[in-house]
Amino acid sequence: MNLSAIRDDFPILKNNNVVYFDNAATAQRPVQVLKAIGDFYTTTNANPLRGLYAWSVGATDAYENARSRVARFINAADDAEIIFVRNTTEAINLAAYSYGMEKVNAGDEIVISVMEHHSNILPWQMVARAKKAVLKYIEPETDGTITVDMIKEAVTDKCAILALGQVSNVLGVANPVKEAARIAHEHGGVILVDGAQGLPHLKTDVQDMDCDFYAFSGHKLPGPMGIGALYGKRALLEAMQPFMRGGEMIEYVKRDSATYAELPHKFEAGTVNAADAVGLAAAIDYIDAIGYEAMEAQENAVTALILDGMRKLPHVHVYGPKDPLLHHGIVTFNIDGCHPHDIASVLDEENIAIRAGHHCAQPLMEYMQEKCAMEFRATARASVAFYNTEEEAERFVAAVSKVRKWLGFGD
Amino acid sequence: MEIKDLYREIVNEHNLYPVHKGEMEAPDLILEGVNPSCGDDIYLQLKLDENGVVTEGLFNGSGCAISQASTDMMLDLIIGRKKDEALKLAEGFMSMVRSTATPEQIEELDEAAALESIAHMPARVKCATLGWKTMQKMLSGEATPATTENE
Ligand SMILES: Cc1ncc(COP(=O)(O)O)c(C=O)c1O
Repeated sequence: MNLSAIRDDFPILKNNNVVYFDNAATAQRPVQVLKAIGDFYTTTNANPLRGLYAWSVGATDAYENARSRVARFINAADDAEIIFVRNTTEAINLAAYSYGMEKVNAGDEIVISVMEHHSNILPWQMVARAKKAVLKYIEPETDGTITVDMIKEAVTDKCAILALGQVSNVLGVANPVKEAARIAHEHGGVILVDGAQGLPHLKTDVQDMDCDFYAFSGHKLPGPMGIGALYGKRALLEAMQPFMRGGEMIEYVKRDSATYAELPHKFEAGTVNAADAVGLAAAIDYIDAIGYEAMEAQENAVTALILDGMRKLPHVHVYGPKDPLLHHGIVTFNIDGCHPHDIASVLDEENIAIRAGHHCAQPLMEYMQEKCAMEFRATARASVAFYNTEEEAERFVAAVSKVRKWLGFGD
Repeated sequence: MEIKDLYREIVNEHNLYPVHKGEMEAPDLILEGVNPSCGDDIYLQLKLDENGVVTEGLFNGSGCAISQASTDMMLDLIIGRKKDEALKLAEGFMSMVRSTATPEQIEELDEAAALESIAHMPARVKCATLGWKTMQKMLSGEATPATTENE
C-alpha cells in the first residue's frame, strides 16, 4: 500500500495539517467517491425507478448497480436482500419496527450487550416495552471481551432477537458474531449484527456469518453520509411489513388498500438516495482495491504506536484489550483529573481531532465508571483509519503527554 | 483567546481550586443541572434570606473544567446579591456566550467575563452555561432539573 498516494486521494487531509483521529465517528472521503457523486448529478440525474426516459433509466441503473456492488461486497446471496437506508440507525429501526414489533411476543427475550451503541439499544427498548418482552443485557469483561460462553448463558429458548455489535465503537473489541448467530439459531431466535464499526475494518461475509440482519453506514467506510444498508435474509424480509409507506414501494393502490412492491423496493419508500448509493459503491471499489489486509496492517501499526506511547505516560489510562490487534483502530482513554471534553479541546488547538464524551454508549460508560473506577462518566477516543500515519501517532502521543500541564497540573 | 490561554489564565485555577465547591447543610434550594452531551452533572445549593438575598452558595458534582470553573465564578458573583440581580447577571452571561451582550453586561460579569471567548467554541457553550442555567431555573422557581441539551 502506497500511503502517500492514498493520502493524495483525500483532499481534506492533503489541504490541512490536521491529525484526524475521529474516524469511528465518520471517515473522510477520497476524490473517487466525491467524483462518483458529482458524475451522477452531471451525467444521469433524474428520479430513479420512475421515469421512462434515458436519464431516469441511467439513474435507475446506477442505483441498482450500487445495490449489486454492496451485495457482492458483503456476499449477500441476492441483491434484493440489500435495503438502502440512511444509516445504521435507520437500518436497525427498520428491523425493530418491521420485524421486532411483528414477531416478538410477551415474555420473549431480546438480548443485547451493555457495550452497544444507543442505536442498537433504543429500538429494542421500544420493542420490549411495547411487546412486554424482556430486554436482557450481556455484560462484557472490563476490557470489552464478550465470550461465547457469555452468549450461551444469555441466549435461551425465549430469545427472539439477539442484537450485537460486530465491533465496539468504544473499546474496539470484535464480538464472536458467527458463534453468536449459531447460538441464536439453536434457540430459534434471529440475530442482527450492527456492522457500523465492523465493516470499515473487517472483511465481512454475511452468509458465512449466517446473520439474519446486518446493518451498516456508508459514511464510516469512507462513503458518503446519508446512505447505508440493511441486509436481511430474503425469507425474513419477504414476511415483513413495510417500514415506511408512500411512493415507489407499491404495486397497486386503491382508496382503502394497497399492495406492496417486491423486495427490495417494498422497504424503500419515497425518492431514493441514488447519488450517495453510487458514492457508496465507489467507496467500496476504493477499499476493495486497497484490500482489507493492507488497510488492517496500516491501522494496526498506527494503533500499536499510539498504545505503546500512551502506556508509557503517567496518569494516562487506556481501556480495552492489551493487544493492539484487537482494537480495530480504536483507542479509548482517560487522563487523571482531566475531563475528556477538556482533553479534546486542548488537542483541538494542536490540530488533533478526537471524540470525547459518552460515545452514544451511556450504559457502557456507567458500567466502566463502576468497573474501571473512571473519574468521569465519559472518555476520550482516538480512532484510526488506513490513511493515518505513524507520524500522526507520534504527534498525538506527544500532545497527550502535555495535556495535564495545559490543564494546570504540576506534572 | 486561544483555549489553552483561557485554561491557563482562569479556568484551571477555578477548576482545580474551587472556592465554592462542597456540600451544604440544609440548603433552601437545591437543583441538579445536567449536560447530557458530556455526562456533566452539578448540584447547586443556595441559601436565601427573607429579603431574597443569596447568603450562601455551593456546588457539587462532576464535570469538565469549563463547567466547574464557570459555576465557581458564578457563585463568586451572586453570593450577597438579590435574586433579581442574580437573574440579571445570568441573562448577561447567556447574552455574552451568544455574542450579543452589551459592554455593560460584560463589565458586570467581572471575572466570569473571561469566558467571553467561549462564544467561538460552540461545542463548549453548554459547559459554560450549565451552572448559570441551573441557577436561573432555581431562582425562577422551576423544579425540574436544568438541562443544556437542547441549546
Ligand atoms: C457501533 C455503532 N452502531 C451504530 C452507529 C450509528 O451509526 P449512524 O449514526 O451512522 O446511524 C455507530 C456510529 O456512531 C456505531 O459506532
